Amino acid sequence: MAFGFYQAMAAPTEATMGNLYRVFFYHFPHTILSFLFPYLNCGASLLYLAWRKNNPVRAAKADAFAVASCELTVLYTTIGLATGVLWGRAAWGIWWTWDARLTTYLLLWLLYVSYLLLRRLSNGNTTPLLAAVLAIFAAVDIPICFESIRWWRTQHPAPVFGGGQDSGIDPSMVPAVLWNVAAFLLWGLFLLGCRYALERRRQAQQIGDSYELLAADEGAL
Amino acid sequence: MSYMGHVMAHLRKDLRIEWRTKESLNGMLFFTLLVSVVFSLAFDPTAYPSIARQISGGLLWVGLLFAAMTALNQSWARELRNNSLEAQRLAPSPASSLFVGKALANFLFVTAVELVLAPVFTLFYNLHPLGESWLLLIILPLGTWALVCNGTFFAALSLRSRNRELLLPLLLFPIAMPALLAMVQATTAVLTGEFLPNLWLKVLIAYAIIFTTVCVLTFELILQAD
Repeated sequence: MAFGFYQAMAAPTEATMGNLYRVFFYHFPHTILSFLFPYLNCGASLLYLAWRKNNPVRAAKADAFAVASCELTVLYTTIGLATGVLWGRAAWGIWWTWDARLTTYLLLWLLYVSYLLLRRLSNGNTTPLLAAVLAIFAAVDIPICFESIRWWRTQHPAPVFGGGQDSGIDPSMVPAVLWNVAAFLLWGLFLLGCRYALERRRQAQQIGDSYELLAADEGAL
Repeated sequence: MSYMGHVMAHLRKDLRIEWRTKESLNGMLFFTLLVSVVFSLAFDPTAYPSIARQISGGLLWVGLLFAAMTALNQSWARELRNNSLEAQRLAPSPASSLFVGKALANFLFVTAVELVLAPVFTLFYNLHPLGESWLLLIILPLGTWALVCNGTFFAALSLRSRNRELLLPLLLFPIAMPALLAMVQATTAVLTGEFLPNLWLKVLIAYAIIFTTVCVLTFELILQAD
């Protein structure tokens, strides 16, 4: 990450935007990666539903993974939104515009915040199941959202990578971009692992608590 | 009994309950009426007819969305009252037939509200649709189904949570955003006549088909969650 930062700062200055464009090295990895975690979330939720009946231990692991990946989605999307807003203010002169990509990105954020809210508000033992079902809905909703809003309007620059002839960036920037994507991917996976371990311990503690309660009940009898 | 037989039995039961109490229909009707009055105070549509044409599609759907929210919550809360939801879970009939029956009942209620409300809206906002207004006969039911199908599902999902009145809109709004966009755009297209609603009709149809399938497939999980 430190090397990625160095690369971002040492990369040549961009022609039209000057030093301002350096926020791109943070904006781009976060936005790209925040489209990866929702699918991890959806996959984990499907695995949870599959293992729920016959393999509760694995199901609990899948659920913990779903929580972790959802929280990372929200974290990376928040950072992507924040850097995007700052950059938009500097480059376009406005903080926010209801353009296709911005709107879909905001909706992605809203969807996964609602997932976290569901986990917070629903009753203890039904939470994983309900959240898994919602995750499927959210994953189905993302492509529809994207297409419909793309038809609605567009102001964000055309895809930088894999677009038309004029797309693509100066070759001198490529290493910096790749280093930053790799750095934030590893960092994200590291956070994912930490959050997963934390959630597993919380589950273990919950089970331990219920055993203690049972033991206390039996003692009282 | 066949699958359709189960669905019809659930539908008849819901319609009969509503016919005897009329609580959610009356509530929705009066609520949307109030919303349209509040909006017309806020925007003064008669003074600016072209603006009224552009925004009233959105206003109509926002009003209906909020109204449907109250009815959707009630439609499942009434199953909790005498523990009849427990009976439904034990019943040998397929779980999704309960969902389809209830979604159809809610669809009929919201459509009834629209039938009353659409003339009121045209009257209050002095609307002269410039596009082909018969298309509204397709757009309104499709949009209502897209809204009500997911709404019924999420009302069932948030039924056993701590504050279900709050949770339903929190879950439904982000998921329903493409459908809302499509129905508002299609209605605006008909009212202003500036562009064709065909694309948005296709989005609505695709949304309705996809999410009806997902709802029917996953409803049993929700019903049996304990």
